[in-house]
Amino acid sequence: MTASNNGVLNSKVPEGNLQDKWDNHKNNLRLVNPANKRKFTVLVVGTGLAGASAAASLAELGYNVKAFTILDSPRRAHSIAAQGGINAAKNYPNDGDTVWRLFHDTIKGGDYRSREANVFRLAQVSNSIIDQCVAQGVPFAREYGGLLDNRSFGGAQVSRTFYARGQTGQQLLLGAYSAMMRQVHTGKIELFPRREMLDLVKVDGKARGLVARNLTTGEIERYAGDAVLLCTGGYGNVYYLSTMAKNCNATAVWRCYKRGAQFGNPSFTQIHPTCIPVSGKYQSKLTLMSESLRNDGRVWVPKKKGDNRPPNEIPEEDRDYYLERRYPSFGNLAPRDVSSRSAKYVCDEGRGVGKTGLAVYMDFADSIKRLGVDAIKAKYGNLFAMYEKITAENPYEVPMRIFPAVHFTMGGLWVDYNLSSTIPGLYVLGEANFADHGGNRLGASALMQGLADGYFVVPYTLSDYLAENLHSEKIGTDHEAFAKAEKETMERINKLLSVKGKKTVLDFHRELGELMWDHVGMSRNKKDLEMVIKKITGLREEFWKDVNIPGENNTLNKYLEYALRVADYMELGELMARDALDREESCGGHFREEHQTEDGEAVRDDENFCNVSSWEYRGDDKEPVKHVEDLNFEFVTPTQRSYK
Amino acid sequence: MSDQTMTIHLKIWRQKDKNSPGKLVDYTVDDANPDMSFLELLDWLNERLMNEGREPVEFDHDCREGICGSCNLVLNGMAHGPMQGTAVCQLHMRKYKDGDTIVVEPWRARAFPHIKDLVVDRSALDRIMAAGGYISVNTGAPADANAIPINKYDADLAFDYAACIGCGACVAACPNSSASLFTGAKIAQLAHLPQGHPERKKRVVSMVDKMADEGFGDCSNYAECEAVCPAEISITSIAEMRREYFKALSEIE
Ligand SMILES: Cc1cc2nc3c(=O)[nH]c(=O)nc-3n(C[C@H](O)[C@H](O)[C@H](O)COP(=O)(O)OP(=O)(O)OC[C@H]3O[C@@H](n4cnc5c(N)ncnc54)[C@H](O)[C@@H]3O)c2cc1C
Ligand code: SF4
Ligand code: FES
Repeated sequence: MTASNNGVLNSKVPEGNLQDKWDNHKNNLRLVNPANKRKFTVLVVGTGLAGASAAASLAELGYNVKAFTILDSPRRAHSIAAQGGINAAKNYPNDGDTVWRLFHDTIKGGDYRSREANVFRLAQVSNSIIDQCVAQGVPFAREYGGLLDNRSFGGAQVSRTFYARGQTGQQLLLGAYSAMMRQVHTGKIELFPRREMLDLVKVDGKARGLVARNLTTGEIERYAGDAVLLCTGGYGNVYYLSTMAKNCNATAVWRCYKRGAQFGNPSFTQIHPTCIPVSGKYQSKLTLMSESLRNDGRVWVPKKKGDNRPPNEIPEEDRDYYLERRYPSFGNLAPRDVSSRSAKYVCDEGRGVGKTGLAVYMDFADSIKRLGVDAIKAKYGNLFAMYEKITAENPYEVPMRIFPAVHFTMGGLWVDYNLSSTIPGLYVLGEANFADHGGNRLGASALMQGLADGYFVVPYTLSDYLAENLHSEKIGTDHEAFAKAEKETMERINKLLSVKGKKTVLDFHRELGELMWDHVGMSRNKKDLEMVIKKITGLREEFWKDVNIPGENNTLNKYLEYALRVADYMELGELMARDALDREESCGGHFREEHQTEDGEAVRDDENFCNVSSWEYRGDDKEPVKHVEDLNFEFVTPTQRSYK
Repeated sequence: MSDQTMTIHLKIWRQKDKNSPGKLVDYTVDDANPDMSFLELLDWLNERLMNEGREPVEFDHDCREGICGSCNLVLNGMAHGPMQGTAVCQLHMRKYKDGDTIVVEPWRARAFPHIKDLVVDRSALDRIMAAGGYISVNTGAPADANAIPINKYDADLAFDYAACIGCGACVAACPNSSASLFTGAKIAQLAHLPQGHPERKKRVVSMVDKMADEGFGDCSNYAECEAVCPAEISITSIAEMRREYFKALSEIE
């Protein structure tokens, strides 16, 4: 592995004061006049918050948009499942919030592994997002006076989170979806549901189209355009079990990586501390319990190993409230990465609870005693009900059992300040890019980022690219590049279908997930990472020899779709391990056992790793090459995070 | 968490495509777990079918948390199964007894063409939305979010209607295959918000007309929709839709 910076990675961060960068930049970006906008077609892949907001905004400007989604309707994208809320620096509660503070909390929360200019812009446009959503009819929570209500969230000392009951993602996505459907009605957006992008088409080095599988008929379809926007979400499903929806996947970003788009910080994964634990082998996904519960729940395990008395029979003196013990000043509200790791440690020591031993208690007994059942019900009623639906246990009476689960990927395709990948004409928005969250994402900031990218960033930066390409030749789908991409895709599908081995796709995905969770999860070390890279290589070879995919290509075939995704996870999983191995420091969600203090806290290495690792594909039989983008902190000073 | 296993008999609708005839096929899962969700039972069955070299059952699903609206199964004649206010992905096997038989069918409605097994095409619902389920506001134009206060009662009511997950169970349960609950929910949501007022009349007329065009039936107050709705949308939304519609027509003329 060689690190190089051959001038490849130019972040294009504009000059000037942090506060002025985005405005100056907008002043300098080229525009496309209205008559010319009609001549451009933009392919938007994905209809989550990022994709729906981008598609709607670009169509309103007059571009022709084609929008793709795997699901049967754009409204079902994974963004719909976000619960907690969305941040903005409105300062409606008058508690001292500012754009600067939102910026500062976000960059600190990310453990100083994100770009200052990007994060500042995110904070700057956050207020416009709320205005936009309210105008669309998003029913945010309100106070009796009729004004908008805010709540507080992890990693901040102000109340800046806007929410719509426990369904903020749903309401924001329905807002963006409605804006999009309005443009479908005018004919500016053409919708392609049940389509999966399987490859990017490049002509003369630029993104000029894609091929997608029609998931109902199996046909490989060709779509040409002047730019491609990937808004395809995160890749947490590499771990098999996660809080991601079942159809979330990495195929679009991975295929673009293999066409030359670099992958930034692939190993940066967020593991959320409060999820409902696994109950058996049949488990297909994990359910998040909002982190707001930690305001009133106390986390504990028995002091003694193997103490399997029911929780209510374990007396105070035999309980270890380990977060309160280790982090007296933050206690149960320690950040996500720290809390998750602590839960892992106590379970590794054999003190985990429940039948699998892979769970800790989150106990509301004290809060119920202090505030009364009604107060707890008013605050968390819907979450308690959801917990009971899934586990058949009543959390008002017995403590919840919780365990960490994969929740979000900070890594993604590398993009510059304009959200352009290293392939001209290929833009990456939302969770699919690596940009704004560094080593750890703060709660309520992913929704903000998806909508910032789609409503307020890409409409400006894309016009600059299109203006530059006003006179480039139009490419039709009869171009040989399309034929080639289609042929390669068909070959991959046919090869998979012809294996006819003995193991199901699920077998392979579970095996990969276990390797990733055990060794590229909450805690990582050199020896295991080297071992896991070898094991994944072996598993991949086995997959192509022994997987059994039912049915044919020319019909709806979800296990074929799934197999194509798992094939890509195996390659991406390896890159994640490689990146984790290369990053000899602990930062945010990336914890390397070799880099910790005596009492087990993360140790960052700003001397050598104050940077983004961006990986370039060089061929299936070659190792990827790492490029480095140095992060220059001109306006804030990185400090060691401490929650003691 | 449970160690017991249970035997569940399934009769599942299998149909290759919309042009082939379909039928109920019998399957037995003898090691179901009470803590499995119903969709996990289908995963479990599918794994077994694949290991036996048989074709798995196709069904739609995504979030498995009751929010995306993808899952759509009729169990023993009930859209989304026996639990009120619950999408079928959130139904757990402990609701059933050892030895139970469950008939599993897709949504059936003229406006939802069949695709395969338990999968149907619900894009007609998106087209109803495209006909007017929005407030016409471009990106970048709006005033400050707190410029118009909205009383909490209306804001909460708007939210209740906005909670629709777009699953189509209301259509599947309705003897007339009407999409009135779905359409009414959006119309009522926007009618309770000041931002929705300017386009009120146009919206209701074009959405209701579109619903008919797409082949959904009329509402004759059976209220089956409300009974199966996983988001517990109230049929007062249909009354609101009617009121909006008549008002719009009388004022247009
Ligand atoms: C349970 C849960 C709760 C969360 N709560 C919060 C919260 O409270 N606050 C917060 O800020 N964040 C939260 N997050 C994170 C946040 O929801 C996501 O990061 C964000 O919604 C991602 O949006 P997106 O638009 O980038 O992608 P997604 O919403 O994931 O959309 C991806 C889209 O791409 C499509 N797609 C993917 N691949 C292809 C392909 N190959 N071809 C065609 N289409 C494709 C999909 O069909 C989909 O339409 C939560 C996440 C989870 C899992
Ligand atoms: S109204 Fe209820 S049943 Fe009908 S689509 Fe909406 S959530 Fe589903
Ligand atoms: S799978 Fe999303 S609602 Fe059931």
